[in-house]
Amino acid sequence: MIKVQGLTKRYAHTLAVDHISFEVQKGQIVGFLGPNGAGKTTTMRILTCFLPPSEGTANVAGFDVLEQPLEVKRRIGYLPETPPVYQEMEVKEYLTFVGKLKGMSGSSLASRVSEVAERCAVGDVQNKLIGKLSKGYRQRVGLAQAIIHNPEVLILDEPTAGLDPKQIIETRDLIRSLAGDHTIILSTHILPEVEQTCEQVLIINKGKLVATDSVHNLQNRARGAESVMLEVEGRNSALDAQTIQHRLETVNGVSRVLLKDSRGNRSVFEVESLKDRFIRGDLARAIVESGWNLNELRPSAMSLEEVFLQLTGGEKAAEEPTVEEALVQGEIQ
Amino acid sequence: MRNIWVIAQKELNSYFVSPVAYLLLTMFAVIFGFFFWNSVGYFNAASLQSQMGGQAMPMSVNEYVIRPLLSNISVVGLFFIPMITMRLFAEEKRLGTIELLATSPIRDVEIIVGKWLSAMILYAILLLFSAINFAFLFRYGNPDWKPLAIGYLGLLLQAGGLLAIGTFISTLTKNQIIAGAATFGVCLLLWVLEWVSGYETATWAKVLAYMSVITHFDSFSKGVLDTKDAVFYLSVIFLGLFLTTRSMESLRWRS
Repeated sequence: MIKVQGLTKRYAHTLAVDHISFEVQKGQIVGFLGPNGAGKTTTMRILTCFLPPSEGTANVAGFDVLEQPLEVKRRIGYLPETPPVYQEMEVKEYLTFVGKLKGMSGSSLASRVSEVAERCAVGDVQNKLIGKLSKGYRQRVGLAQAIIHNPEVLILDEPTAGLDPKQIIETRDLIRSLAGDHTIILSTHILPEVEQTCEQVLIINKGKLVATDSVHNLQNRARGAESVMLEVEGRNSALDAQTIQHRLETVNGVSRVLLKDSRGNRSVFEVESLKDRFIRGDLARAIVESGWNLNELRPSAMSLEEVFLQLTGGEKAAEEPTVEEALVQGEIQ
Repeated sequence: MRNIWVIAQKELNSYFVSPVAYLLLTMFAVIFGFFFWNSVGYFNAASLQSQMGGQAMPMSVNEYVIRPLLSNISVVGLFFIPMITMRLFAEEKRLGTIELLATSPIRDVEIIVGKWLSAMILYAILLLFSAINFAFLFRYGNPDWKPLAIGYLGLLLQAGGLLAIGTFISTLTKNQIIAGAATFGVCLLLWVLEWVSGYETATWAKVLAYMSVITHFDSFSKGVLDTKDAVFYLSVIFLGLFLTTRSMESLRWRS
């Protein structure tokens, strides 16, 4: 549905987007991930024909953004970072105006306006001035505006920015419900958002595409060795965490044991294996045979956050994480 | 065509939901009302005097009231035009709504002409307020309507050119005040350029005077439809709108 090849955007002194190539299949939700200023918005603006590329081609729904911009524009819905709303218009009036801009008219437009307003949960404020609405409502009016003409491709620049947690969940559900009929690209710098909404991830940093894969694969990819979270409980209260740690370290195939938390006679560890060694069975046996209780044992999948830092952080991520970093990461999980 | 009207309608709406249109109309009605009252008062005094003198000179309402008033409107218009055009693009750029327009299946030129058209319509409504005053002349006197109609045509053409320039200037900035001030400066300059013809007859002075929007209004205010002057205004409209399309295009390449 979307095909981008060698896309480059140069401003006077900066290279905002540097030879990016990717493809998006019909009906997919793709997360466009990167730190602020990575080139996400620029790429989206090129895809929506707002900006022309300096080099390379972008093809949306079978039309080139430079050759046939009107055809591309007919097929996309775009929600920029700040929702493009007119403060002095009422919600209904605004959606009708956008519908007309997109070439709709008459009774089909009127029914579509109320349908979209309901779908984006702005039906109850249809007759209010947009200037009087809260940020969350405005964002959803922006989303309603993007889908009014039922476009094949939806491009959403940080659709959940500025929303409260409840609204974020509702918006994500809405976006997920739009997939299938629509091909969606959404940008964000919030990682859980991608993990929860998207099937495919494009990670971009300093204008370069650093990774493109499914969420699942990316999580696996950054995880070479097995890593296990353990909670051990001593039967007598005098047992200290050090003893357990020493015992765990002697298990075959273990490369590192980190004490994450210790409360009373319960301790939580993160145990890393050597490459390609499966240690879960041995760990469980060692603990039970020492006469302790094994409360919990689970593989700790690396969160996308760590993958992201590894991919975008460069050298820093290549170093071993310090204990503090590991703790912080543990908390994020 | 339909797209142009969609844009024009939206712009007119925003003029009339905000105080802008009402403020401009009120100010214009008051200012022009004063001019009219003044002009008619002067005419009355002058005709009374000529009767008292015994030798009643034939005085024409067209000559002594309508013609100077039309020139007055053309000057007053210079002050109103920046206030009409300053927000057209500057506001869209500031709010980011330009991204909505520029990513909709509608040509740049349709956006531009739509916005310019809405400014023209607002200006025409402004002129309508002056027509109310002239209606009194027709009620109590017997002026010729043709010169008046040609005068109005001239006013519309002149404003069209200046509004196109204002539209262009509005694409250059995000700040309405800057757009308004710059437009006012350009309008004023295009007015006073004519002054050089008062003392200088060299070619450069003729060129400067020719560029003045006031020079070309003379024929219209006399009730003469001169193609040369009409073409001048039409060229200014075309130039202004053309520059606007260029500016919008460069907006995409630069931003």
